[in-house]
Amino acid sequence: MVPTQYYLVLSAILFGLGAVAFVFKRNIITIFMSIELMLNAVNLAFVAFSQAFGKVEGQVFVLFVIVVAAAEAAVGLGIIILIQRNRQSLNIEKVNLLKL
Amino acid sequence: MSPVLLIFFVLAGLAVLGALSLVLQKHPIHSALSLIVVMVCLAGLYLLMGAEFVAAVQIIVYGGAIMVLFIFVIMLLNAGAEERTDFSKLAKIAGLPLALALTASIAAAVVKPDPGVPAVTQVVIPNATEKISSMLFNEFVYPFELTSFLILVAILGALVLAQREKK
Repeated sequence: MVPTQYYLVLSAILFGLGAVAFVFKRNIITIFMSIELMLNAVNLAFVAFSQAFGKVEGQVFVLFVIVVAAAEAAVGLGIIILIQRNRQSLNIEKVNLLKL
Repeated sequence: MSPVLLIFFVLAGLAVLGALSLVLQKHPIHSALSLIVVMVCLAGLYLLMGAEFVAAVQIIVYGGAIMVLFIFVIMLLNAGAEERTDFSKLAKIAGLPLALALTASIAAAVVKPDPGVPAVTQVVIPNATEKISSMLFNEFVYPFELTSFLILVAILGALVLAQREKK
């Protein structure tokens, strides 16, 4: 079988890449997708621990995370459409209402 | 190398490549397709771990519903290639090392040999789906009902956001 550590390292790498994408990308939709990538990385760690301990609680939590991600996608994409409608741009630099 | 380990490395490599491509692609639709590759690879890894139900939900909800919604919005808004903006000097120099440090510190914290965590994944949990369903409707019944409320609120929020223009 595959050692648990391998899954955890993969999860850390995916989370790091998601964080990098979140900071470096300039398109709102891509930034939103990098959040989904980070959620996926956390799900992988949940399932890996669930298998390591032989308990299914981790998989139940994964279901909750997926539900939250779906709700978040519905609301977030609505907000993105509103931003595009109001600013005619998807560049995050143009959304600076709260910037000093 | 055992076949299971080989499958793991193929899927893990594909997932990391997909995530890298998500970061490096300029066009959002290419990023979205890379993210779908990552999600399918993760579903394969869940199957490898014996979590069939989670794998199916991953494909149906993430690959099927959420990503279709993303691609729908990208096409609806006709999103073009990303405009490059200049980063500050600090971000240019320190960005990549800091990102590597973040990944390494997460990996180190998670991998640290803890006597509580078994080193090797156990044999596949028998009847995992059955156990998940009974757990969902016994121990986790209140959170489960709350998620339906959360989805209701999300639907209402999306409706309000979408209808704001017509007064």
